[in-house]
Amino acid sequence: MTDQNHLLQFLLRQGDNALILSHRVSEWCGHSPILEEDIALANTALDLIGQTQMWLGYAAEVQAEGKSADDLAFLRDAWDFRNILLVELPNGDFGRTLLRQFLFDAHQSVLMGRLIKSSDDTVAAIAAKASKEVAYHVERSADTVVGLGDGTAESHERMQAALDYLWPYVGEMFTSDDTDTAMAIAGIAPEPSTLRDEFHALVTRVLTDATLTIPGGRFSHKGGRTGEMHTEHLGHLLATMQWLQRAYPGCEW
Amino acid sequence: MKNEWPLWEIFIRGQHGLAHRHVGSLHAPDAEMAIKNARDVYTRRNEGVSIWVVEARHIAATAPGDKGPLFEPSESKVYRHPTFFDIPDDVGHM
Repeated sequence: MTDQNHLLQFLLRQGDNALILSHRVSEWCGHSPILEEDIALANTALDLIGQTQMWLGYAAEVQAEGKSADDLAFLRDAWDFRNILLVELPNGDFGRTLLRQFLFDAHQSVLMGRLIKSSDDTVAAIAAKASKEVAYHVERSADTVVGLGDGTAESHERMQAALDYLWPYVGEMFTSDDTDTAMAIAGIAPEPSTLRDEFHALVTRVLTDATLTIPGGRFSHKGGRTGEMHTEHLGHLLATMQWLQRAYPGCEW
Repeated sequence: MKNEWPLWEIFIRGQHGLAHRHVGSLHAPDAEMAIKNARDVYTRRNEGVSIWVVEARHIAATAPGDKGPLFEPSESKVYRHPTFFDIPDDVGHM
């Protein structure tokens, strides 16, 4: 693979993570347990869409096939997506959604801290803008995880079940392939495995405050960020997200 | 409702130099979350540089029924407005 191709893969991974999670979070719009959380989640989804536009916009530029960020978002199929499996999982209950958000935010907060020093100016600029949003996201999701984990017996039980369900999807964030190695050599992005310690320190502190127990197993689902094998959920999500553009190509309003 | 989160009154300062202004209220489990919720509900369109939150029960207020005795007596006391002084022209706008 050429260097440009590796960069494209890297940008698609960032953009697709933000896009797919944004769609999942937006599914709560109008359905959250309370009004304030509804608006807060919608804000988070919008921040992620903004990040998507930057990542996929740059991806389209690097790809140089005359496509736009919208084309990449709405006209690719499931096997072309490069998001981690964690973000495409169904929301589950509100607690699980917020716990997933926290795990993602925690990783993003560590990653953006590194990407602002990227050798690629555009990557560094995107990370600089995103890092402010991420700093708020992780503070909010961490607070909610602690509130629910260390809350009532029922909320604690639900959060522990959510953690048991989600934890096997965390490992994929730290897997590495040729693209990651190429990015690290070029100084564009760090090797994913080098983020693990900082991520674990943050997550362990918050989950301990939340009185939750991190599962012991080392098994990890993977296949999303390489595009090798997504879960069956991604196709359903894309069907909802893309149907308008698919049914009415070029439709604008 | 017994499990309802307490109500918080939200005050936002639009820009430096201005006073915080009451913008509305919301529900939150504690002060920290009230600030976060206020950020998400009331500053989405770049409205503020500072947020204050006060739990609504801590605000003591006048009763609407007392409006007469409290406020009407001042209606007939126009002499309390400083409008009866001759201002020298040199002063310009005050």
